[in-house]
Amino acid sequence: MALLEIRNLHVKVEGKPILKGLNLTIEAGEVHAIMGPNGAGKSTLSYVIAGRDGYEVTDGQVLFEGRDLLDMNPEERACAGLFLAFQYPVEIPGVSNTTFLKTALNAVRKARGEGALDAMQFLKYVRNKAKPLGVGDEMLKRAVNVGFSGGEKKRNEILQMAVLEPKLAVLDETDSGLDIDALRIVSEGVNALRDPARATLVITHYQRLLDYIVPDRVHVLADGRIVKSGGKELALELEAKGYAEYVGAAAA
Amino acid sequence: MESPDWAKLEIAPIDYQDAYYYSAPKTGDGPKSLDEVDPKLLETYEKLGIPLKEQEWLAGVAVDAVFDSVSVATTYKARLEQEGIVFCPISEAVKMHPDLVRKYLGTVVPYTDNYFATLNSAVFTDGSFVYIPKGVRCPMELSTYFRINAKNTGQFERTLIVADEGAYVSYLEGCTAPQRDENQLHAAVVELVALDDSEIKYSTVQNWYPGDENGVGGIYNFVTKRAHCIGRNAKVSWTQVETGSAITWKYPSCILTGDNSVGEFYSVAITNNRQQADTGTKMIHRGRNTRSTVISKGISAGRADNTYRGLIRMQPKAEGARNYTQCDSLLIGDTCGAHTVPYIESRNPTARIEHEATTARISEDQLFYCRQRGIGAEEAVSLIVNGFCKEVMQHLPMEFAVEAQKLIGISLEGSVG
Ligand SMILES: Nc1ncnc2c1ncn2[C@@H]1O[C@H](COP(=O)(O)OP(=O)(O)OP(=O)(O)O)[C@@H](O)[C@H]1O
Ligand SMILES: [Mg+2]
Repeated sequence: MALLEIRNLHVKVEGKPILKGLNLTIEAGEVHAIMGPNGAGKSTLSYVIAGRDGYEVTDGQVLFEGRDLLDMNPEERACAGLFLAFQYPVEIPGVSNTTFLKTALNAVRKARGEGALDAMQFLKYVRNKAKPLGVGDEMLKRAVNVGFSGGEKKRNEILQMAVLEPKLAVLDETDSGLDIDALRIVSEGVNALRDPARATLVITHYQRLLDYIVPDRVHVLADGRIVKSGGKELALELEAKGYAEYVGAAAA
Repeated sequence: MESPDWAKLEIAPIDYQDAYYYSAPKTGDGPKSLDEVDPKLLETYEKLGIPLKEQEWLAGVAVDAVFDSVSVATTYKARLEQEGIVFCPISEAVKMHPDLVRKYLGTVVPYTDNYFATLNSAVFTDGSFVYIPKGVRCPMELSTYFRINAKNTGQFERTLIVADEGAYVSYLEGCTAPQRDENQLHAAVVELVALDDSEIKYSTVQNWYPGDENGVGGIYNFVTKRAHCIGRNAKVSWTQVETGSAITWKYPSCILTGDNSVGEFYSVAITNNRQQADTGTKMIHRGRNTRSTVISKGISAGRADNTYRGLIRMQPKAEGARNYTQCDSLLIGDTCGAHTVPYIESRNPTARIEHEATTARISEDQLFYCRQRGIGAEEAVSLIVNGFCKEVMQHLPMEFAVEAQKLIGISLEGSVG
């Protein structure tokens, strides 16, 4: 059984069809990359997987470990092991990173049938996760994403992922806005979670990220569909030629 | 006298003849055991982690010692006596410390002050009295649960706290557990007196029964609370977390007479369903270089209304006085209301007054972000609202703050969804 299986997914946003029969299968242990022109529906796909309101699924199926994902609310999906690193992380004033992470981790642990970590246990755990990502105590104390630079926000998303240890992480343009060192650090964070039981779906515009996070499969998403799939060399080809070929084909 | 009507509140007429002005401890009526108590109420006690014995007492089960308006014997009495601190029912203070009571009672809130203060002054039966002698730091938080558990009983408690020169005290009032009752009027009066270099911290967590979803049966909380910083460098801070009552109508205030004296007001007021709150503060600057800080966080959900009303007055002698006011409102849903009504009067050109106000909504984005991390919708609202209130909550004593945080989550249950 695949970890994630999307069959013939049709999605409308505000009455407008955005995804138009999308198919995608991700097996445990794999890293997949999705590339594609602006407005193709990449973020839409990530939101539908995560269960955000306002996306109307008109046809198709999304299965996570064989369970119907579309039937679950966002927190149930998260507790089942699904994580989305947001393209635009949200600010939560007055809520410290530590409090937020602890609340999230304990919610997920509870769903897994594990006991809650107390303040001391949690602090030890989170520091271990934060250190390799270059996130210090000062940043853990600050309010979630408030006043964070673009790069810091992205690093914070990866920290949340590291803390929650999801089965499937969907990273929506986590590389954009990162400097070269941060790109390497973030990639190492993602690679640290690589494991035969887990998988990652990377949405990106740049082949450079895929030098660090080497994908098993690369897909081109254009006009609401996966129009081409290949190995990691497909990313290089796209970098050289652009999307002209696919945009035309999809429109035709 | 007539009941005042200037607040943004809808109040059903109160039959003052029907309100029992005084109710002494009694046993016998009320539920016989917890099995007879509204399960919804018990559920809330459970969530707050309240011990069984206390649950019975809160729900009005006839246990050995159920007290009403008459104050309970205070604990740690010996320890306090050692320091020369007086903490006792005001009825006892009248007998034991008549000079102190005579000197200060009614000096901050005269009986002519307002409609409800007059009512209180005429009929008050008991309350608490605190006196901290010169140079003494009270070694523990003083706390009194205000209890309303007899049917149809108006409550007219009277509190007087005096901090002598260089003294310090932190006083906690209230209870995070909701207490059920018929429409009850609560018109207490609280007076604080701070002498030279003294400090009084007065914290309230108020969670009286707000009524059902339509506001039926909730408590009316019309309290007059005022502090007088008589001495130089005196400091008073009011911190309040108001989540209960059908109607909350109160303005804990500071009269800053002593030079360099400081007044602070930190408030969280939550209204849900049909609850109404019209609350805020008055800072009256009389002395030189007096300073005041006002931070108010109003949260409305359901069909509730929440008004901040605040007066900052700089008297002619308030040379160099300063005030900073920040009023933030948070709306949950689109059928509730938030209003900010600042009154600013400055009669001294050297005084500085700053006022900031914001109104925001809990965004769908914030909720989704939390839920994507595994945090359920209600817990997410609680987390976001607690973040919004943080600047106020951090002024509560530690153990009170933890309970108050839980309470905020509980009072907003059902507000999303
Ligand atoms: N709430 C919305 N209301 C109206 N249109 C929307 C909404 N959300 C998305 N869209 C439209 O759906 C299309 C797909 O958007 P989406 O954000 O999924 O693109 P994307 O592939 O992630 O693009 P990018 O590479 O720029 O991030 C766009 O045309 C966008 O304008
Ligand atoms: Mg996008």
